[in-house]
Amino acid sequence: MTITQDMIDRVRADFPLITEDVAYLDNSATSQKPQSVIEAGKRFYETENANPLRGLYRLSVAATETYEQAREAVRAFIGAGSTEEIIFTRNATESLNLVAYSWALDNLKAGDDILVTVIEHHSNMLPWQMAAKKTGANLHYLYPDKTGAVTEEMFRNALTPETKLVCMTQLSNVLGRSYDLRTYAKIAHEAGAVFVGDGAQSTPHIPVNVTDLDVDFFAFSGHKMLAPMGIGVLYGKKALLERMQPFLRGGEMIDYVTTEGAVWAELPHKFEAGTVNAGGAAGLLAAIEYYQKLGWAFIEQRELELTRYAMEQMKDVPHVTLLGSDRPEEHHGILTFKVDGVHPHDIAAMMDEDGVCVRAGHHCAQPLLKYLGVPNTTRCSLAFYNTEAEIDRFTASLATLRSRMGYQD
Amino acid sequence: MQNTFYNEILTDHNLHPAHKHDLPDANMQLEGVNPSCGDDIILKLKVEDGKIVDGAYVGDGCAISQASADMMLDLVIGKTEAEARRLSDIFLRMIKGHITEEEHEELEEAGALIDVSHMPSRVKCAVLGWHTMDEIFDEPQKAMEEAGQGKAEVGES
Repeated sequence: MTITQDMIDRVRADFPLITEDVAYLDNSATSQKPQSVIEAGKRFYETENANPLRGLYRLSVAATETYEQAREAVRAFIGAGSTEEIIFTRNATESLNLVAYSWALDNLKAGDDILVTVIEHHSNMLPWQMAAKKTGANLHYLYPDKTGAVTEEMFRNALTPETKLVCMTQLSNVLGRSYDLRTYAKIAHEAGAVFVGDGAQSTPHIPVNVTDLDVDFFAFSGHKMLAPMGIGVLYGKKALLERMQPFLRGGEMIDYVTTEGAVWAELPHKFEAGTVNAGGAAGLLAAIEYYQKLGWAFIEQRELELTRYAMEQMKDVPHVTLLGSDRPEEHHGILTFKVDGVHPHDIAAMMDEDGVCVRAGHHCAQPLLKYLGVPNTTRCSLAFYNTEAEIDRFTASLATLRSRMGYQD
Repeated sequence: MQNTFYNEILTDHNLHPAHKHDLPDANMQLEGVNPSCGDDIILKLKVEDGKIVDGAYVGDGCAISQASADMMLDLVIGKTEAEARRLSDIFLRMIKGHITEEEHEELEEAGALIDVSHMPSRVKCAVLGWHTMDEIFDEPQKAMEEAGQGKAEVGES
């Protein structure tokens, strides 16, 4: 498709925080929110606010309808078979912890193996470290090559006859590379293992279909994909979810309670204890509608154009090294780099002086950075609403960093 | 260039530190770590009769942490423990935004970090050297043991 300036301008106008004052290039941390998402949350509290799922009056019914409409939108967005398989959580971290506590602790035993890649965000690593410690299972790591690439052979070699659980991201928050979960889930299933996919970074940038991927669990956050903070999703196959105990216990997740015990509610409510984030779900619904209106063709093409442009501009700046692949197609807008002799926290502070927002540090992936031999890096992460002009502002700032730190070159 | 926090005083102390080297005859030393930036220094002092007669640091980290440690040593070498602690108190209050004009002047070049009071995420970097010095005086036994155990042989990185 031909993307015109007019299309770009109209998209940018949808985002109230996006102005010419600041170049927001920290989209992998959290995305900006379009007006429609902000309005959806506002509308919920102005016109539908009541405790969903329990009230017998019309207002509560309206709140419930919005909440369940959001669940159906999520189901369709990720290609799940049933809304019973869509559980609302706070974020991907909570979703992954739910699987660790409610599935892993009850299904793993001493001597079993868990396979995790070293690419993972801490939220797809620490829950499995916990599960391994509590069950006596062994945690194994799959190491990619130094550009972050994983091959089928590497994956097969990392599996053992004892592997019962495999946890892997669909898109690295540091390297921007995507991973073929469909192939790895298939291999894992042949080996008798359950497969958990982390979609926190992939869901905002590529179309996801959990039925096609055939993953057993899939976690993502709303706030990285235009929705408000505090609403996230766990997809789980019904057959697995049905056999699992609740993660949290309390209100709204039971059918009957006696002084001795309780009968859990049906899916998905068994996993949604307490008053839910219906306002957040309304925002997530609006975010999904925004994605649908814009279309993946525009999003993917625009993000690739921007990634390619940024990589070309960065190439010309001396003393800058980009992590990961040389190919823009393998970055999905995520450009993590180092500048010789300049600490990332100083880079981020100087870029802030220039009105450019970037992330600095270990990006919640310390084991990966240690493996790559770079304890600290800076990350520029793009979204479809960014522009070449913002990238120019970023690279202009990048080119001044060393001289501002006193280097004579 | 626009008004920048990264002024010449700061960048000069970072790139050309006067005190970033080993100090074989140090009799007190401790490591200071700031996990958020990955700043990691070992502060080494030679203290005789309650007076800091020499000092140095090794390690690495962001410009603020490294320059701040260097500026601190400029200021405290030759001072008594009590004087050094007093300056530390002034520096920490500067970072919180509570000092007088006179106190700011006492800090000499270390006063260049006054704007850190508006940068909450960098406070830990600025105070790393000073906190480590305070710890040395708070736990002299530990600091002497660290110096005695030959942990000083961590080279510059």
